[in-house]
Amino acid sequence: MGAAGNHQHRHPLSITEGGFPKTDSRLRGVSPAPTFPQGDAPISATTLTLPVLCPSPYRIIRGVDIFLQQVANGLTLGSIYALVALGYTLVYGILGLINFAHGEVVMVGALTALAASKFLLAAALPPYLVFTLAFLLAALVCMALSVIIERIAYRPLRNAPRLAPLITAIGVSIILQQLAMMLWGRSYHAMPQLLPETTFALGGVQITVIQIVIIGVAGLTMAALLVLVNRTRLGRAMRATAENPGIAALMGVDANRIIVLAFMIGSALAALAGMLVASNYGIAHYNMGFMLGLKAFTAAVLGGIGNLAGAVVGGLLLGVIEALGAGYIGDLTGGVLGSQYQDVFAFFVLIGVLVLRPAGLLGERVAERA
Amino acid sequence: MNDSGAESMHLPREGEQGEGHLLEVTNLKVRYGGITAVKDISFSVAAGEMVCLIGANGAGKTSTLKALARMIPADGDIHYAGRRINGFPAHTLISQGLALVPEGRGVFARLTVAENLAMGAYHRHRPDERAAVQEDAARMYTLFPRLAERRRQLAGTLSGGEQQMLAIGRALMGKPQLLLLDEPSMGLAPLMVQTVFDAIRSVAQSGVTILLVEQNARLALTVCNRGYVLENGVITLSDSAANLLADPRVRAAYLGE
Repeated sequence: MGAAGNHQHRHPLSITEGGFPKTDSRLRGVSPAPTFPQGDAPISATTLTLPVLCPSPYRIIRGVDIFLQQVANGLTLGSIYALVALGYTLVYGILGLINFAHGEVVMVGALTALAASKFLLAAALPPYLVFTLAFLLAALVCMALSVIIERIAYRPLRNAPRLAPLITAIGVSIILQQLAMMLWGRSYHAMPQLLPETTFALGGVQITVIQIVIIGVAGLTMAALLVLVNRTRLGRAMRATAENPGIAALMGVDANRIIVLAFMIGSALAALAGMLVASNYGIAHYNMGFMLGLKAFTAAVLGGIGNLAGAVVGGLLLGVIEALGAGYIGDLTGGVLGSQYQDVFAFFVLIGVLVLRPAGLLGERVAERA
Repeated sequence: MNDSGAESMHLPREGEQGEGHLLEVTNLKVRYGGITAVKDISFSVAAGEMVCLIGANGAGKTSTLKALARMIPADGDIHYAGRRINGFPAHTLISQGLALVPEGRGVFARLTVAENLAMGAYHRHRPDERAAVQEDAARMYTLFPRLAERRRQLAGTLSGGEQQMLAIGRALMGKPQLLLLDEPSMGLAPLMVQTVFDAIRSVAQSGVTILLVEQNARLALTVCNRGYVLENGVITLSDSAANLLADPRVRAAYLGE
């Protein structure tokens, strides 16, 4: 990300003047650039000469730029999906439970980070410190919340039929949404701008500091998680418990501790995702966790639920598919369908995966002998 | 109570000093719903002994071992190393020296051989124990050279016999005082059974107390000092292994003669 030239005047979509978004698609908390916001902006210096000399290479370059721009936007979005998907997959891997309240934990993380940011900014702390502290606070709140959820809604049903905890998960999800609505109201809240609004041009691709932070922080976090799970004693115990909690107990592993740990790690990632998504779009809302959670769940299924690398791959892939879909749906349908239909792609992907490859892209295929 | 008193007559020379048995089970009862799989059995194992529990399929052998390892709830008293362990959660037993090699091996298929062995030493995580754990892993690879060749392989790719070696090696990594073995010969080729039982014998010689559950009565009675015969959840016979091997009832029912 060396080439820094912030001369382009692309409006960062994340923040609008009043702090409130202008278009509806932004409210759903999805792609930062479903349309071609920079389409009419000058692409580069070559813009001036190339169309005159030979129009067709210009069109190609422009097309490639747009494509790459959508990929960059998709990777941003996908990093967030991946962070949330990891929470689903961690818990599923160990408990076989789909924690449908996870999306709401993201929402709580975003709103907590937002409130903390406002408070800390008012205390005149520097923005980077505010960003860090707000994240830590949001992570703590989310971890505590998920421990409580696990204790109240899932643990008593550990040995119940699988449908029971699924229903309590949905119940918890509704309760959290309603509580958030009571606490924060129905309005959209503006996330304070903590990171510089600088935009970099990489080739023809415009990328904001926030996007770079999202991709970088998510990448590092996910790498750290993979190291934890695959290379440490604790991670080994998590994998062993995921495979057979009864046998892992014979080795001295307390399954309850591992389960609580999985919930805590997942919710810390959710808090991070919530904070990043709120920073990217500049807003947070009591209802933002629903669609985000559903899509991240799709990403987890796409990668193969229970598989950590799968959640990362599925998240990034889904983000890119969605951004490209949103970018090209207008052209493909001759303008009949616009980018507001971008949510559709995630669910096409979900249906496609369930039909064609139910175990997901990296689903388990290890043979187990008796 | 009087059961265990009678049994102490058959105890071998060693282990009968001190405050008695390493494992003392009194009136153990295991129920699954309406079915009682184990009905008030009492038995004991002294330190350094190698004792087997033989019986047919469904006699309650596995239930007994699972109850001892606290994997399933049971009534009665289980005293291990002088403490009543009935109320202890399963995951606290290994640090007290009680290990179980479960029926069907139970290796972690998606972990490598080396990771499975490391799981066995999960509770030995103090920094000053690291060297000893590494030494033990090396010992396991000497005991089972096949595992050394495959240490980077996923355990799920091993053959049944190799998995059994790994399951035993993993349990030994926990430095058990008492090793419970559930049907180590099950499903193995005869040559592999030989290898596995040679290893079990050498483990016993190294001072680990062993309670072995087996359907293969002849094999079990050949390696063990003492045996109990379990039928329909009740102990019907208990004697030295040599006497049981010679007992006409055992010969008729379990040795196919």
